[in-house]
Amino acid sequence: MINKIVSTPAEAVSTVKDGSVVMISGFGEAGSPIELIHALIDHGARDLTVISNNTGSGHVGLAALIENRQVAKMICSFPRTANSRVFPELYKNGEIELELVPQGTLAERIRAGGAGIPAFYTPASVDTPLGEGKEERVFDGQKYVMEYALSADYALVKCQTADRYGNLLYNKTARNFGPVMCTAAETSIVQSRNIVQAGDIDPETVVTPGIFVDSVVEVADPADESKLVAEDRRYPW
Amino acid sequence: MVSSGSTSMKEKTSRTPSRWDVPAMAQKVALDIPDGSYVNLGIGMPELVADYVPENREVIYHTENGLLGMGPVPEPGKEDPELINAGKKCVTAIPGACYFHHADSFTMIRGRHIDICVLGALQISEEGDLANWSTGEPGAIPAVGGAMDLVAGTKTIYVISRHNTKSGDPKIVSSCTYPLTGKAVVDRIYTDLAIIDVTADGLFVREMHPEITFDYLQQQTGARLHR
Repeated sequence: MINKIVSTPAEAVSTVKDGSVVMISGFGEAGSPIELIHALIDHGARDLTVISNNTGSGHVGLAALIENRQVAKMICSFPRTANSRVFPELYKNGEIELELVPQGTLAERIRAGGAGIPAFYTPASVDTPLGEGKEERVFDGQKYVMEYALSADYALVKCQTADRYGNLLYNKTARNFGPVMCTAAETSIVQSRNIVQAGDIDPETVVTPGIFVDSVVEVADPADESKLVAEDRRYPW
Repeated sequence: MVSSGSTSMKEKTSRTPSRWDVPAMAQKVALDIPDGSYVNLGIGMPELVADYVPENREVIYHTENGLLGMGPVPEPGKEDPELINAGKKCVTAIPGACYFHHADSFTMIRGRHIDICVLGALQISEEGDLANWSTGEPGAIPAVGGAMDLVAGTKTIYVISRHNTKSGDPKIVSSCTYPLTGKAVVDRIYTDLAIIDVTADGLFVREMHPEITFDYLQQQTGARLHR
């Protein structure tokens, strides 16, 4: 019998190794799997390459993972936001590596990684500093740069509803990178607000088919990151 | 080279007469958005455009974090941290809206399904090059977001921006000194002094603030203007 449900975030992230490449869903706070990230901090794997759109806020979630010196390199599109304090500090001191990727290219590199496409051409970043050094080709008179697919050892993803097969539904704009990250990681770990019986999710509405998911853990009441940041909370508590 | 604004220079600019205010600029952009358009509004000044679309036009707003049919900001107390725009501010979804993942969202952008994108600018060149993501200063944290994908894929790019920097330098220049977002991508520029079309034959002034002369406009601009 297939049952992808595990009982705790700690169990879900227990196999992450030093040096792993980890995709983390979320656009800012929306869709960020904060309980899985905190479990990864407790777990302690270091030297990680993290692929995520941003670099976290305040001193919780992804920012806390970076602050705990577990991340060697960030691959992201927008590493600074109003409340991001940890990454800018480390970056200015040369203590963390950054690969800056246009947001759509980031999404497509992850999609390609999950779809078995090793590289593709995009018009984004042509004739800009982010296109420098990349292979260029002209199709129908327009220039494109080649971008390589991104895949990962692990994806940590937040969703709204899951079943034991790993079929997933998301909540509003918290969906963002979750579906493509689930496809592109060797092991996709999902925290879900609800876990329902197989068959309770209408097959017509499934967003991530269960084949892309390896484990699901219920986090019924996930932390509200912006509240934690406003209270200046720090993880580990 | 454009310098960053010092306080004394800022005061000089704020006394400059005869400029449209930001709502007036946003309204001029809004009047040029046809009924039925799919539109992406950049963060900041471009967001105001939504407030001025005439009531008899239906415009669908796309936000690249995964919502088509973005509505206005929610009433106080109704904010949902999982319903946000690309600037990470809480928004609402109109009846008939839909959510999608990032790869689909940028399929809409890169695949030329979005009709108009309105963006801010640090500099615009006379050939329509846009610089709006980085001043290139050493030590600055580079952050690009979706700007490069938007200018590469959207059918029409409007820029809304003040005509001059805080220190009074022109933002419309013969050649950008800041790192580019995209080359030859801007179609029309809306500033506090004029509306200017970027064409293969150069920059053409469509409309000027009624209280300024063409010579004054040219003097405030770092590239040759035509009329």
